[in-house]
Amino acid sequence: MVTDSEAPKGSFRLSMLLYDSRYRSMTIQVFAFFVLMFGAAWLVYNTKTNLEALGKPFGFDFLFNTSGYDIAQRPIEYSSQSSHLRAAMVGLINTLILAVMACVTATVLGVFAGVLRLSNNWIIAKLMTLYIETFRNVPVLIWIIITSAVMSESMPPPSAFRGADPAASMILWDSVAVTNRGVYIPAPLVEHSLGSISILGVQPSLDAIAFLVVVALSIWLNRRLMAHATNVQNATGVRPTTWWKSLLILFVPAIVLLYALGFHLEYPELRGFNFSGGLQMRNSLIAMWIGLSVYTGAFIAEIVRAGILAISKGQSEAAFALGLQPGKTMRLVILPQALRVIVPPLISQYLNITKNTSLGLAVGYMDLRSTLGGITINQTGRELEGMLLMMLIYLLVSLIISTVMNFYNDRVKLRER
Amino acid sequence: MSEQTSSFVRTDMLPAMEPPSSQVGAAKWARENLFGGWVSTVLTLLSITVIVYVVWHLFPWFANGVWNAGSLTQCREILDGATGACWAVIRVNWLQLVFGFYPPELYWRPILAFVLLFVAIAPVLFPSVPRKLLWFSLLYPFVAVWLLWGGTIWGPVLTLAGFALGYGVLLAAGALGTVIAAALTIAVPVLFWLFAMGPLADTLHAILPLEIESVASRDFGGFMISVVIGVAGIALSLPLGILFALGRQSTMPIIKWISVVFIEFIRGVPLITLLFTASLLLNYFLPPGTNFDLILRVIIMVTLFATAYMAEVIRGGLAALPKGQYEAADALGLDYWKAQRLIIMPQALKISIPGIVNTFIGLFKDTTLVVFIGILDPIGRASAIRATSDWQGIYWELFIFIGAVFWIFCFSMSRYSMHLERRLKTDHR
Repeated sequence: MVTDSEAPKGSFRLSMLLYDSRYRSMTIQVFAFFVLMFGAAWLVYNTKTNLEALGKPFGFDFLFNTSGYDIAQRPIEYSSQSSHLRAAMVGLINTLILAVMACVTATVLGVFAGVLRLSNNWIIAKLMTLYIETFRNVPVLIWIIITSAVMSESMPPPSAFRGADPAASMILWDSVAVTNRGVYIPAPLVEHSLGSISILGVQPSLDAIAFLVVVALSIWLNRRLMAHATNVQNATGVRPTTWWKSLLILFVPAIVLLYALGFHLEYPELRGFNFSGGLQMRNSLIAMWIGLSVYTGAFIAEIVRAGILAISKGQSEAAFALGLQPGKTMRLVILPQALRVIVPPLISQYLNITKNTSLGLAVGYMDLRSTLGGITINQTGRELEGMLLMMLIYLLVSLIISTVMNFYNDRVKLRER
Repeated sequence: MSEQTSSFVRTDMLPAMEPPSSQVGAAKWARENLFGGWVSTVLTLLSITVIVYVVWHLFPWFANGVWNAGSLTQCREILDGATGACWAVIRVNWLQLVFGFYPPELYWRPILAFVLLFVAIAPVLFPSVPRKLLWFSLLYPFVAVWLLWGGTIWGPVLTLAGFALGYGVLLAAGALGTVIAAALTIAVPVLFWLFAMGPLADTLHAILPLEIESVASRDFGGFMISVVIGVAGIALSLPLGILFALGRQSTMPIIKWISVVFIEFIRGVPLITLLFTASLLLNYFLPPGTNFDLILRVIIMVTLFATAYMAEVIRGGLAALPKGQYEAADALGLDYWKAQRLIIMPQALKISIPGIVNTFIGLFKDTTLVVFIGILDPIGRASAIRATSDWQGIYWELFIFIGAVFWIFCFSMSRYSMHLERRLKTDHR
């Protein structure tokens, strides 16, 4: 028997727009679309009226005016004579620097804490539980402000480092000075610099680019070497010795390049009332970095723990039955499977870090929000344009991070049939 | 052979020997849990060193704590060079940290609202509480708003009347078909609130002036504001999140794309930019001369922010549900909303409980960001206290207090979610 699921054919009546499920979804969508467009038009009309009433034209030309304010932490050339656009760029780069630093340390901290919480050792497992539960359940803003307060109120002033019997001393073989004005670390310098190139007004140093290129090439060559060794092993059953070739390939080119450039470290030194030389990491950067790292590290620890627990015990038992050692079991069996559970939530933690860098306002870190969304808006009175531009940039950064990480996720994902 | 018959045969059992001392009690436990291998031993020694170091330095600080002093200088005089906490700062300022600038003679109102909050959420959280209390839960938002902000009683009452009106319309218009009834149910109360409520409230107030002293939003502060924003955001973001999750799963392309753009936009920008939009830009987007309460704006923005995250969490739950459940609901002849209400949502929400509660906890912690737009939440109050000449230079005591209060709220929420997961667990693994 053939059943006809189609509704009876007949002439179209207006009431079918509401009662016939074939047309109803169209009605609802058209209605929603009109409501949306009406709402948007209302907002735009209001904005236009309000802007006219205030006598403010809409436009982004203010970005090219002189900014007139200073930024303490300038990764690229900037002065108060530069434009607002330049200030926004400095802010964006500061945001990205902080985000990358915090992502790296939070991941390291999180992986350690997550693995150790699963440890058979009772005391370390309890300690890690304490760390995770404490930091996860208190707002990140409190951690940032506490770190900032500790840095500026409990650390010795630079003058305490002076004299024959100083009250404070530098740590790590006299290379790092922790003061209430920030942390001074050795600066990497080169003698025969290759200069720099200009891309969109940013001047990345050619030395750093050359170094990165050489390292990337070494890693690529090393992978070719490993692939070749695997091929030989598959063909003959004997794996050729590779460790000294790997070491040679990985380290010699980079060392030769550094030697040719005349690489050396410039240590911070006490001159007069303050330290000079070296790199100064300001309190604001340190506070944001530590605050974001310890807070997000607790979340990443839980993600790592959940990922490892998600792998059934049979997997490690099977690996042991095959005669793999514990280290290899972890590397070849557990981690590849755990990674596909870990990576997606890890992506959102990285995004959270990036968005939380906007809390820099609390400690005066000059990120995108404090430059473009803060001082620039206050000076020019262009809240609307400034906020729109800032939201757009944050959105772009978030989309780029999630695209890159999703690409990585696709690579570690389990190939399903 | 016969000689051997008289050989020794034991007729009674030997008593069981004690296990070796390394295999019982504390020794065994320590061997397995603290000193199993050299890595474990090193970790144990390291941990013990850290614990001893921390306790050694922190114990005197806690033990010498000063509770009675008027300023940090007095604290230091009392301590006389010894290390010690100055808890007096909490003792002197704790009312400010909890209530902000709320008039002290009216403190009973937020306290009553807070106590009633637990009465209102009890039937939602625990099934053993009588079901009739759910009516009070529905009434609670109006009671709380009236208690906190004060003013005439007719505003909340008439707002509530709008909902009753909508319900009446729904019953009356049921015969006209789902779509028309739904449209009327939304349209009539909205028109009532927009046009009839204001004049009606004035008239009723003139006839019967029932009012308590009103408190302006700018006087709100401290933990009170965190709880107000947090509770409102939590209560509103769950239903909105469900709607957007369904919208994103919808087969209607326009509805789907509206949901996707909303969710991805909100998730792509920091909360703080949304809060600044609420405080700086809303005046641009609304008709000239409109001005509404800053706390209300913040609640709206925090809710929208949490809604986007909530929608993604619930979408995860929906996606985890086997397709057979949807097909079974169709096979039973249930329409879309009935299928969602009776079959899909109960299961999808159960799967997403950990994510939902994590979003709630995140939202509650994020209420601290309102300090950036000039609302004096606990952190704002703490900064103000630290800026006074009496308490300049104090920080640990204040932030430990604030952090501990947040910790208690968030930790109990996460424990409750674990309890709920266990209670709703139906599979027997």
